[in-house]
Amino acid sequence: MSITIQNLNKQFGTYKALDNINLEVNSGELLALLGPSGCGKTSLLRIIGGMELADSGSLLFHGEDIQQRDARERNVGFVFQHYALFRHMTVFENVAFGLRVKPKKERHNEAEIKRRVHELLNLVQLDFLADRYPSQLSGGQRQRIALARALAVEPKILLLDEPFGALDAQVRKELRRWLRRLHNDLHITSIFVTHDQEEALEVADRVVVMNKGKIEQVGTPDEVYATPATPFVYQFIGNVNLFHSRDHAPWSDEHGDAVAYVRPHDIDISRVAQDETALAVEVKLVRAIGSIVRVEVAADGSSEFIEIELSRERFDSSPLLEGDKVFIRPRQFRVFEAEAI
Amino acid sequence: MSAQHIKRRISTQESPLVTVTLIAIALVFMALFLVLPLVTVFIEAFAKGWDLYWTALKEPVAWEAIKLTFIAAGIAVPANLVFGVSAAWAIAKFDFKGKSLLITLIDLPFAVSPVVSGLVFVLLFGAQGWFGHWLQAHDIRLIFAVPGIVLATIFVTFPFIARQLIPLMQAQGKEEEEAAVSLGASGWQTFWRVTLPNIKWGLLYGVILCNARAMGEFGAVSVVSGHIRGLTNTMPLHVEILYNEYNFVAAFSVASLLALLAVVTLIVKSTVEWQAKRSGDILH
Repeated sequence: MSITIQNLNKQFGTYKALDNINLEVNSGELLALLGPSGCGKTSLLRIIGGMELADSGSLLFHGEDIQQRDARERNVGFVFQHYALFRHMTVFENVAFGLRVKPKKERHNEAEIKRRVHELLNLVQLDFLADRYPSQLSGGQRQRIALARALAVEPKILLLDEPFGALDAQVRKELRRWLRRLHNDLHITSIFVTHDQEEALEVADRVVVMNKGKIEQVGTPDEVYATPATPFVYQFIGNVNLFHSRDHAPWSDEHGDAVAYVRPHDIDISRVAQDETALAVEVKLVRAIGSIVRVEVAADGSSEFIEIELSRERFDSSPLLEGDKVFIRPRQFRVFEAEAI
Repeated sequence: MSAQHIKRRISTQESPLVTVTLIAIALVFMALFLVLPLVTVFIEAFAKGWDLYWTALKEPVAWEAIKLTFIAAGIAVPANLVFGVSAAWAIAKFDFKGKSLLITLIDLPFAVSPVVSGLVFVLLFGAQGWFGHWLQAHDIRLIFAVPGIVLATIFVTFPFIARQLIPLMQAQGKEEEEAAVSLGASGWQTFWRVTLPNIKWGLLYGVILCNARAMGEFGAVSVVSGHIRGLTNTMPLHVEILYNEYNFVAAFSVASLLALLAVVTLIVKSTVEWQAKRSGDILH
């Protein structure tokens, strides 16, 4: 089911959580809402789920306005950051909850409920935990049960609020991959909120980058990384070096007062000046981190460090030592005028 | 590291003399102020033997006082149960204007002296009170009658259940309720299937405390009751009257029932606390 959001606003006291949001979510896609904490991503998710009401604007599911319908009538599955499993019910009863509270006419008989719950528990590969209580499960298991519970009512839309936020790195990575596979199988329109750019880029079909209640950019993971639309996106997704026109004009002079944004892996290092725009710097720090080598340099008389990433191969072909005098030049950069930042 | 650890443990331990003295003071204090009075009640009650004890309790006036106490508690506790759960639900799960005012109001009966609360009802509903004429004109008697006693009891025991539940429900948050609603549950289904099972031990604890206070309340009830024997006397009031008449055996006999109630309350309370701890609920 597609979701259309038009001119949506939400204010908490004097704080503007959502500022004129427009967004189209395609049917069957997995969309990430990415941004720092307090950017409004969770508010947007809760408004779609019906847990909050927007102050103004419209929200359409498949072209139909659903703002007047409350959460229980929206047919939306919601997965919470802290799982929100019913602590006094077994895993089986948790998953069965949505089936048991249906109006009498629509309710399945006990055998059918049992069959469906076990089917879902098998889907999340945790059927053997059916009789346990939530407090007896690990974080990763709880989140998978929470997902099974949300899927039990066959939602048309699945909303996940920082679904992996409370898990440790290893489990996160595993669950991420698992969610991606599950989505490929089920094809439910899904939106998940995250502050982790790696998670968003790895899992989502499209990424919505938000900041201070506004959408900064919508695009595929590749688009938001390779061609960031705004300075914020540049800085939030991946590392970036800033070259201000005041300090080093050649790369950003065409716009007057401007700043050039350069990714660490888009900088060339050379012992001799490549051309007249090259910047003379001194190597301050060399660190090998796995498959890449991070080099930090600083221009003469400047205390600001510039971060450069080289592949190990490239570094090995002309090794650098701390204290070396070298020249750097960006292969690729993007200039934003100072007032846009 | 380990030496330091051991030293720290020793530095937090007192010498045996201090330990024994402190424990002894605590025990003597407890014996003097808690156990001795309790034992005295029973000794005095049985001072002239079983027969007189029974006679004192079988007395119709005493029987009426016992009945009235149970009626007052029997109305006040359910009323405050409904109110306490609704208030705690509203305060813990929703945001609305005037929330802090409501919390303050719930605490009011704790802050006001019971005698003053009783007096308020007399000033409102008494013959000379604000609504006195209207009530008389319609032939409704509140003060110096059973309804007044029930009203005063409800007022005094008002905060017990709500106060017990608010912190518990606030600690539990509203995510489980939100999950229930997103799964299609109605408000009632959410309350019966999710909220209530989560607070049942806290609720039971609140009911026990509320009941103990409702049956033992003296001050407020004393002001509104008028002490009419066999009509508006609760057990605590009856004890006072008997005592003032130098009828010590009868006074202590009725008092022993109240003391027994207190002991039962304590046992039930400890059982509930133990059960709640076992099922992992937070009580305070």
